[in-house]
Amino acid sequence: MMTQATEQPNATGHILVDHLRVRFGSKAAAVEAVSDVSMEVKPGEFISIIGPSGCGKSTLLNVVAGFVKPSEGTVTMDGKATDKPSADRGMVFQQYSLFPWLSVRKNVEFGLKQKGMDANHREEAARTLLGLAGLLAFENHYPDQLSGGMKQRVGIVRALATSPQVLLMDEPFGALDAQTRVVMQQILTNMWQRFRISVLFITHDIDESIFLSDRVYVMTARPGRIKAEIPILLPRPRTPDMALSPEYLRIKQQLRDLITEESLKAMGGELKDSGLAGFDIEVGPKGVAELI
Amino acid sequence: MRTATSLNRVDPQAADAAQGPSLALAPKPEATLPGAPLPVQQAEAPIRRVAAWLRSALPKLLMTMLSLGLFVAFWYFATKYKLDFYIRFTNIPSPGEVWDNAARLAQSDKFYNNMYVSLRRILLGFSIATVLGVALGLLIGQYRGARALLFPLFETLRPVPAIAWVPMAIMLWPTNETSIVFITFLGSFFPILLNTIHGVNSVDPVLLRAARCLGTSEYGLLRQVVLPASLPHIFTGLAIGMGVAWVSLIAAEMISGQFGIGYFTWEAYALIEYADIAIGMIVIGVLGLMCSGAIRMLGNMLMPWMAGSTHGGQK
Repeated sequence: MMTQATEQPNATGHILVDHLRVRFGSKAAAVEAVSDVSMEVKPGEFISIIGPSGCGKSTLLNVVAGFVKPSEGTVTMDGKATDKPSADRGMVFQQYSLFPWLSVRKNVEFGLKQKGMDANHREEAARTLLGLAGLLAFENHYPDQLSGGMKQRVGIVRALATSPQVLLMDEPFGALDAQTRVVMQQILTNMWQRFRISVLFITHDIDESIFLSDRVYVMTARPGRIKAEIPILLPRPRTPDMALSPEYLRIKQQLRDLITEESLKAMGGELKDSGLAGFDIEVGPKGVAELI
Repeated sequence: MRTATSLNRVDPQAADAAQGPSLALAPKPEATLPGAPLPVQQAEAPIRRVAAWLRSALPKLLMTMLSLGLFVAFWYFATKYKLDFYIRFTNIPSPGEVWDNAARLAQSDKFYNNMYVSLRRILLGFSIATVLGVALGLLIGQYRGARALLFPLFETLRPVPAIAWVPMAIMLWPTNETSIVFITFLGSFFPILLNTIHGVNSVDPVLLRAARCLGTSEYGLLRQVVLPASLPHIFTGLAIGMGVAWVSLIAAEMISGQFGIGYFTWEAYALIEYADIAIGMIVIGVLGLMCSGAIRMLGNMLMPWMAGSTHGGQK
């Protein structure tokens, strides 16, 4: 039951990023956001990309989604370049991106409508999916009437409705509180196992990346490169108490060391020494002015 | 990959069990209905509800009647004693005269015809302005090319008030009727156009990206995302446009009209039928109010998702 989807013969959703570079701006003042990144999402794999803020991980995802063109290198899914957005690659955004003028069910139906599916089939498919996500009771609500966690569940269901080969997720739980996050991670794992599609997941939360992924790519500070590729060999289904297992803690320590290094770089080289040294100074009741 | 039909066979309870923790987060549907009346004993319910309504609405109603009553009372006494302190009430008709004339005009087909003609002009001019203003606003807001080509022209024409077009309109258009409709159109066109552009520009970009990821065509994006997302701003434009349409219509009718309520009001002045001036003014106000109300009703009908956000927060 738990065999990897990679072993299926005609599996789809294979993303290949080959020596990708992305530069923004004109030649003289160009800023390199992504620098020589090569990575892969095998069919059915759950891959996370983790890195300090501003490291270009969202840019990388936007290239896969088809919103940003590569400056150099190639990004393909199942051999075809991802040069424009497509319903083959479902996307879930950090900001709630539900259409506020459509009911929950109509939001889920949106992608199917673009495919030209007739109203009855659309409704049936949307209700089935909403049922799976425990949202059927809210099918006629408007997005503004839902909590953040529910909105994001609808967002996931909407992205899954068009049967994409891969789900691209850009810090989808970043705006949620810690409790809701944990629940959402379980729901996402659940959905991923049901649908057996590839997932490319952007996050800056170490625990989230370990809990969800088969492999984690760590990116460097800008310009973003792949610093490390860490396989997560924890058995599935994963449970919250695995967070106490030696293997989990080992991975977490490893990831944290990698990311701390990069975060400090991202905050500026000089801060590395003097900035941290400053934490040791006892300011006391005198205040900063007197110290200087 | 599983298909929708195989998903159908998933036992809903099993699915719920899998989603156990999430269900705890979800408020029960019946608990989310805001403002639902608490169950009261059956027989007493209607009486109590009327009483509750009176308690909440009565003070407001009394204040409204008081302020209107004070206004009419001032009008009555000012005209009765022919007040003259810089503003002069010597020739102003009294409320009684106005009332008597109104009763007479209520029997007059000619008066109804004037109302009908004005409403028809508003409807025509405003409808054309809505269609053109929204369509061009969507294009200018969404496409850089359309913006570069059309926006400078509209920015040049916009500062010219619609009424300033009256002499030109009379020369431009074959009949008086079309030139008045044109003036009405001009008045409402720019507020509608500008608010539509503003609406398109303030569409959350993440919605556009989400729609593209769901396979929307370029036309689908305009029709299914940009238009509904801009509707609140468009309706702001329609409300303002309707106000300016009336201003422009009345001015045009007074200057160049035959028939119409603005013409009626001006003619009353020329014929020294002073009470009719007041009647014309009141009718213009009531018709304008009705038109704005119709826009608001249409807006509420077309934007049911706004119901919570516009009325929910009011006290």
